[in-house]
Amino acid sequence: MNMIKVFWAFIQKEVYHILRDRRTLLILFGMPIAQVLIFGFAVTNEFKNANIDILDHAKDQTSQKLIRHVTSSGHFKINRMLLAEHEMESGFKSGKTDLIMVIPADFSKDLYTWDQAEIQLIADGSDPNMANALEQYAKAMINGFLFQEFKQSAKPYLIGIETRMLYNPLLESAYNFIPGTIALILLIISAMMTSLTIAREKEQGTMEILLVSPLPPLLIILGKVAPYAILSFIDAVLILIMGYFIFDVPVTGSVILLLLLCMVYVITALSLGTLISTTSETQQDAMMKSLIGLLMPSTLLSGFIFPLTSMPEILQYIGHIIPATYFIEILKGVMLRGVGIEYILFEVGMLLFMIVAFLTLTWKKFKIRLE
Amino acid sequence: MPAIEVNNTSRTYGKVQALNSISLSVEYGELFGLIGPDGAGKSTLFRILTTLLLADTGTASVAGHDVVQSYRQIRKEVGYMPGRFSLYQDLTVEENLRFFATIFNTTIEENYNLIKDIYEQIEPFKKRPAGKLSGGMKQKLALSCALIHKPKVLFLDEPTTGVDAVSRQEFWDMLKNLKEKGIAILVSTPYMDEASLCDRIALIQSGKILQTDTPEEIVKSYPSPLYAIRSNNNYELLKVLRDKNYTKSALPFGEYLHLATHTSMGVDEIISTLNTGNYPDLEIKPIKPDIEDLFLELSREV
Repeated sequence: MNMIKVFWAFIQKEVYHILRDRRTLLILFGMPIAQVLIFGFAVTNEFKNANIDILDHAKDQTSQKLIRHVTSSGHFKINRMLLAEHEMESGFKSGKTDLIMVIPADFSKDLYTWDQAEIQLIADGSDPNMANALEQYAKAMINGFLFQEFKQSAKPYLIGIETRMLYNPLLESAYNFIPGTIALILLIISAMMTSLTIAREKEQGTMEILLVSPLPPLLIILGKVAPYAILSFIDAVLILIMGYFIFDVPVTGSVILLLLLCMVYVITALSLGTLISTTSETQQDAMMKSLIGLLMPSTLLSGFIFPLTSMPEILQYIGHIIPATYFIEILKGVMLRGVGIEYILFEVGMLLFMIVAFLTLTWKKFKIRLE
Repeated sequence: MPAIEVNNTSRTYGKVQALNSISLSVEYGELFGLIGPDGAGKSTLFRILTTLLLADTGTASVAGHDVVQSYRQIRKEVGYMPGRFSLYQDLTVEENLRFFATIFNTTIEENYNLIKDIYEQIEPFKKRPAGKLSGGMKQKLALSCALIHKPKVLFLDEPTTGVDAVSRQEFWDMLKNLKEKGIAILVSTPYMDEASLCDRIALIQSGKILQTDTPEEIVKSYPSPLYAIRSNNNYELLKVLRDKNYTKSALPFGEYLHLATHTSMGVDEIISTLNTGNYPDLEIKPIKPDIEDLFLELSREV
């Protein structure tokens, strides 16, 4: 049979459904706009065990003491001791480093002779709330160190701290929520809407007729998800454009790579949506499963609002099986840090793995009959 | 080979026995009615035959294909109209028909002659969303969609439920035309009066087929003399009749009571046993049983 013609008829039908249902239209286009604007409000961050890289030019007793003091709190964990300036950025690009502390060569001499020394803190500004918090903590720790060292004297502001926020110099919170919003919106539209639309066919009894037809199950699924894939993609572009023009969020890396990876994520979310639909008989069922099983964890546990590192271990594990977690990392990498694919291979790999896993499960669970 | 053949098919849902060793066969060009009340197992049988459900035991074939092994082939060759309206409510009449034509790899034009009589009646509303049609129109559209790919076997699960009397009559006329074209039609209905419009019928209750035959033969098999009785106080009369030892069964049928007796009795004989003073307008006449009488008689025995 002429599959392309059948497929086209399917898509046409789906487009009629979408265009004739005002609620669907509202979710498709009203929600992304509303969410981008709502998430514009900053959210506070807490952290534990942030990874700190240290570039110690001094390498003397005083600098060692300072380092020990800073790491003694449990808020910071030494990730790497750097040897030269050019090693600094790779930690940020791979996402392993949260903060860099640079101790100048003359640190101890400046401090004891001139009563004045300078320390540089460099944070990853693509996550502004996190960067701000890290900076505040580091400052407090350094001041604590001073207090301990010079208990008797009361010399104020002995160490001048210079902070630079890489990738997001002004600490715009939009830099954080635009990637997060893209990840959430694409998830809602792709996963929730597809699971709803397939559940609707079951609820209305039309699935019964579709099954008693020569249509292969794969075509039924593809025909249902294809229009949503395209719409989700349009939404991703819409949010990027809004981010660029309203919140000045740049796309530093390759736009083509970014769009390509958006497509990969959309497919991940769609395969998840079809998987949900195979286990739900009604639209309400599908909606509950999407909201509780998908949307809530993706909002809370993906590192979008709260950093994963400060969560209890069990929540961190859950966070790591959520596609949005990886996609937000990918977006921050490509959009803000301007990295190429080689820095985000792991995240992309995880998404591809999830696609295969979800589709295999869907394939196994799709019922060629009613039971 | 018959169009539909069912052998000893059973199916349970949890503890409920939906079908209990059902057997029947339907020929091409035959209009076969499955008559029984709600919950008798009619829809379950339809779903097994349309390959949507698996039977627990027994075999069945449709258009020469086994319902389990060759389900793909069956899905190409049958038309199915589920018990509840199952078209896209937000698509127009024409869009629905075109969609179903396309997924069965055909076009409206190609098989228009088959649906012409039916579709012509709803064509004036072809731009209207299917959800806004009246009950009778919906069923005509659903029938058109089920027919558009020229099926060899047609399954219609309660097509006339919720449809007005005129549309019901029209619908059955259409079915008669379709069977003339060699299509095997299995139709279910809870309405006993529609049974006489079928070539053959099976009476089904609680998952069991009580009897299968032509409507005429089925009626002939009614075992007892039958009388229709009317009075101004049917309720009390019914109680009185049920206490008589000549009564086999007494059941209310609209404004009449149907009385079946163990032996043939004259009308006067029955009147003589009643206190006629209580029933000034008493009317008693021997009648021919209809399918409902037989159905009730059979289900009483079960």
